[in-house]
Amino acid sequence: MTTLGWVDYAVMLLYFAFVLGIGAALRRSIRTSEDFFLSGRAIPAWVTGLAFISANLGAQEVIGMGASGAKYGIATSHFYWIGAIPAMVFIGLLMMPFYYGSRARSVPEYLKLRFDEKTRALNAISFAVMTVFSSGISLYAMGKLLNLLLGWSFNASILVAALIVLAYIFLGGLTSAIYNEVLQFCLIVLGFAPLVFLGLRAVGGWSGLVARLAEHSTARGFAPGAYTHSWAYMGHASTNPVGVECFGLVMGLGFVLSFGYWCTDFLVVQRAMAANSMTAARRTPLIAAFPKMLFPFLVILPGMLALVVSPTSGIRPVEPVPVATATALHRPPPPSEPESGIVPPKLDPRTHQPLRDVAGNVVLDYDLATPMLLLHFFPTGMLGLGLTALLASFMSGMAGNVTAFNTVWTYDLYQGYVHPGASDAHYLTMGRATTVVGVAISIGAAYVAASFNNIMDFLQLVFAFVNAPLFATFALGMFWKRTTGHGAFTGLVAGTLAAAVQHGLSLPAGARVGIKGGYLGVLTTFPSELAQTFWTAIVAWVTCFVATVVVSLATRPRPAEELHGLVYGLTPIPADEAVAWYQRPVTLAVVALACALVLNLVFF
Amino acid sequence: MTLDVRLPIGLFFTALGVLLAAYGVATRGSPGMAPTGVPIDLVWGVALLVFGVAMLWLTRRT
Repeated sequence: MTTLGWVDYAVMLLYFAFVLGIGAALRRSIRTSEDFFLSGRAIPAWVTGLAFISANLGAQEVIGMGASGAKYGIATSHFYWIGAIPAMVFIGLLMMPFYYGSRARSVPEYLKLRFDEKTRALNAISFAVMTVFSSGISLYAMGKLLNLLLGWSFNASILVAALIVLAYIFLGGLTSAIYNEVLQFCLIVLGFAPLVFLGLRAVGGWSGLVARLAEHSTARGFAPGAYTHSWAYMGHASTNPVGVECFGLVMGLGFVLSFGYWCTDFLVVQRAMAANSMTAARRTPLIAAFPKMLFPFLVILPGMLALVVSPTSGIRPVEPVPVATATALHRPPPPSEPESGIVPPKLDPRTHQPLRDVAGNVVLDYDLATPMLLLHFFPTGMLGLGLTALLASFMSGMAGNVTAFNTVWTYDLYQGYVHPGASDAHYLTMGRATTVVGVAISIGAAYVAASFNNIMDFLQLVFAFVNAPLFATFALGMFWKRTTGHGAFTGLVAGTLAAAVQHGLSLPAGARVGIKGGYLGVLTTFPSELAQTFWTAIVAWVTCFVATVVVSLATRPRPAEELHGLVYGLTPIPADEAVAWYQRPVTLAVVALACALVLNLVFF
Repeated sequence: MTLDVRLPIGLFFTALGVLLAAYGVATRGSPGMAPTGVPIDLVWGVALLVFGVAMLWLTRRT
């Protein structure tokens, strides 16, 4: 267990003071519900752009991408270079005119304007439930990590983090969340950049990392370059650590999952809706694309480095693992295993012995890759900065969920169905109250996660089923005026069911029937869990697309005059306001795609 | 908007930079403070200070 110095605590307190100070300073600018939920649509594009990626920069990103970096190597960058970037270009260029132009206040409200009430209700309810549970899962992960690394109380950690997030959103609404997200973004970048620098220095630069990972790769039965090339070994699922082949990767991750998340998730879209003009709203995801494409170096590289740095090269020679909780006592070093750097083995919660897979190899606790690297290389002072950056990522992810939740609850569910027609002041009060409730449910969900891990796995699975078909509904709704509300609703339900059936009929290699799939009988076996996820998404998307088209053709479309501003072809294409050519959405889009292409080629 | 976001960011990183750099100077040469040979608290503290001051300068300029 690591002990912090006074300076580490000082860094954290300084950060908390600023986060709360921003909330307090913005308190007076909140007069209407639109100020609270949509920042009065008055924020410049570079601010919403940074908030756009920061809201998504939660625990899943910093801890999860580091874990994937250690597990799969540089191929994890596909989540960015063929995943996020093309999707962000697509929403900025083609979808934002409808979201922003329709003056909808939320993504479900767009669905109501475009389709009907039932499609909106389905999306609003599933989204509201998902956001509070995601925020709870993130809180749980944070509490567990701080307890394990620093011996902090689980209860105190989640309570303090949740109360700070609650305070700054309660005071300053979405503006406060967005401003803090920009601060958090800077902190995460400036906190992790020196970690990557020190790590690369310790292993002899990129070429040193390549050489060391080559040994690791061959020890695991892959070609030497399998961890340091993103495309070269994607020809067949068995030749790369991801266990996926090109088609599944490009269609499943690049198209269905990434477009589904970045183009339809209100958590990120809300940031763009807060922008001060149509052009600013369109530029929001495009501006965000540039830092986003460099994130692999910040969040994936630490995971790769943790796998190969020598346990004695840092300032704190790393014991097998820092131990704190009763469940993590005394992890013995793995005997005669391939090099795993400073990534500790995963322990069996009952026997406290390292877990082994079907082949008898020790299973590593990849989620600890990035935090271990932090403890390994940062001395007192920098450690405070690194841990504060980690806390910032947890808090920005949680704030993103809470602000999206309070908006969808207040505008789509409360104003839509429970209490329509009340005064604006009433909805503003409801928004503040919902913030408190949302945070309270998140804390409750964190405790549920702590006691019944399987329930959370199950919920995340259900969320994946609900999310997978979404992009088909939005793409058809925005670009085919013939799409009807009945078609959209049927498509969404059919797509979700198809995802559940496909998952229930397949199993990743080496997994047991149950939460991992196969509960309806095992028809297909996938080489990896990711391959199964990608293919499930493809099946859900295609089913939703086909069902929406078929039912739309069989039902009566809405008259064209009702769809102005909502559908391509019935909406004037927005003229770029007088911004310089290099600031125009089209220019930004072309440059972003070109840069992503170059990155793909460099790490091919 | 009533508040330019660059102001709190500038103030935060200026204060953080001063704190880290000062701590780096005070503990210079202490064992364990310079992994891989770089006095990282001092070096990065100065970098954060420069970033913070640049943000404050941008706030003042507009």
